[in-house]
Amino acid sequence: MAKGRLKQILLITDGCSNQGEDPVAMAALAREQGIAVNVIGVLDDFDHEDSRGLQEVERIARAGGGISQIVRTKQLVQTVQMVTKQAMTQTIKGVIDQELQDILGNSQALEDLPPEKQSKVMEVIDELGETVDLNVCLLVDTSASMTSKLATVRQSLTDLSLSLSARMGHNQFCLYLFPGKRKTVQKVISWTPKLDNLTRSFDKISARGVTPTGPALRDAVKSFDQLSRRQLAEQSDEAYDDGPG
Amino acid sequence: MTTDQADLQLSPGMVLTGKWHGHRYRIIRKIGSGAQGTVYLAANGERAVALKIAKARGSLISEANVLKELNRSGDRTLAPHCFDLDDWITGAGKNISICAMELLKGKPLIDTLPAKSFDWSVVYLIQLLGQLQKLHHSGYVFGDLKPENLMLTEQEQRIRCLDFGGATRMGRSIREYTEFYDRGYWGLGTRKAEPSYDLFACAMILIYATTGKRFEKSARPGEQLLQQIRARAELRPYQQILSRALTGKYQDAMQMRRELLDQVTAKKGDAGMRRTERTGTDRVRNEWLRALTAASLILAAYIILVIFIMM
Ligand SMILES: Nc1ncnc2c1ncn2[C@@H]1O[C@H](COP(=O)(O)OP(=O)(O)OP(=O)(O)O)[C@@H](O)[C@H]1O
Repeated sequence: MAKGRLKQILLITDGCSNQGEDPVAMAALAREQGIAVNVIGVLDDFDHEDSRGLQEVERIARAGGGISQIVRTKQLVQTVQMVTKQAMTQTIKGVIDQELQDILGNSQALEDLPPEKQSKVMEVIDELGETVDLNVCLLVDTSASMTSKLATVRQSLTDLSLSLSARMGHNQFCLYLFPGKRKTVQKVISWTPKLDNLTRSFDKISARGVTPTGPALRDAVKSFDQLSRRQLAEQSDEAYDDGPG
Repeated sequence: MTTDQADLQLSPGMVLTGKWHGHRYRIIRKIGSGAQGTVYLAANGERAVALKIAKARGSLISEANVLKELNRSGDRTLAPHCFDLDDWITGAGKNISICAMELLKGKPLIDTLPAKSFDWSVVYLIQLLGQLQKLHHSGYVFGDLKPENLMLTEQEQRIRCLDFGGATRMGRSIREYTEFYDRGYWGLGTRKAEPSYDLFACAMILIYATTGKRFEKSARPGEQLLQQIRARAELRPYQQILSRALTGKYQDAMQMRRELLDQVTAKKGDAGMRRTERTGTDRVRNEWLRALTAASLILAAYIILVIFIMM
């Protein structure tokens, strides 16, 4: 938030991890680095809502300081953009609540202020939600049971890009699939401002039984380092450009 | 985690007292509920109000912010008046955001459409475009425009917008939308708040008026919509206007409204406003006659207005 930038990981999965690091621990690690982890569990009409995998969905989001939601495939498109936006608001509100506490003391939050002040604070939150830069690393589970859902997943990511690009702030997206064709986790799109052509990205996946959610989260965390290094380089380039000459 | 409260049911007779302003609201009955909250008919002293109980505090406060700003414009028909924004502490000690606003008396358009002739839909759309012109002029786009969010007031003669949860300041990203009425869903534009975003939804409302149901997009959504228009006799005269609205060709609501008006009056010259009601009883015939009278009255008024504006 320092430079007006929010970092999120959005994990879309339908089950329980069964390979590699503990995803809940990896989510906690992400949170430590200021990255919120949101998780969407997708079910088709045959899946049961009380499976073990879905409990994991909630635990990952809680450890990652993000939002979790479990939806039927049909609702996925609307859910993806909603969860992302809600998570942005939640993060911004969290930061503002922290500031309020620093100023007012004894665990004051937005809801403790008189309504007139709440209105003012909400205006600030809305303004930030609109203008803040947002980096989202998308992690899509491509294990065998997800195959029938991937067309909708693809649609929902295009739609997310459409929603977010209407904002005044800048966006960066990257996309990882797990398991990948050769690797456990495969980067298919590196950081880019728009997700336009996703059709090809999902072409070359192989349906496998394993679900390496932990390693995928670990790689996602790493991707933010790469991005911030790149952004730092760009900034110093700009500084040179703006210099006398 | 995403909401402040689960569905909270308030029973008739219950009295809520605002934490900060102390206003008392006696619940009369539930009006309806949506994604953002539940609306109750409530009495505040002698006055009947629409009391919205938030599911998520933030959205209700943002909506109240928009209402208050539009209320300040001085035009009372632009948006329901927002009387009071306050907190209410439940018996269980939960702090919930509540908002009392002007009660719009009438019928939601969604409930009236099936019984009305298509001509009425056109008249309502012309009215709606007038409303939108004013709203856009005050710097806002409605966003979540759909028959569910439109109310027919004054004996079903006047259309008014409610649920400003989607209302968005010009140039920002649309806050709330419904897929069927969203041009982004149909691959026909961005989700940036600009007048053409609402005008797209206007065209969809007219299409909905003939289909009576929403439908899903196919592989070529743009063509699919044009096909829908061509396939319906009632829509055919408006084909050009609708496709212009769907493809973002109108700069403002006034322009679309003027062309609709022209089309309606031009049509009167040859075939007259055709009956397109779905049942054939006398009751409907009478209603149609009334509709025609009202429609031509309203049309006459608009034509005079347009002449005035052009002079
Ligand atoms: N000012 C009002 N006067 C009369 N009825 C109202 C008023 N505001 C809302 N309603 C009714 O209350 C119901 C729910 O309201 P509203 O649509 O505002 O809720 P919401 O949670 O914002 O819904 P949505 O999911 O569409 O965003 C609707 O049926 C609407 O007709």
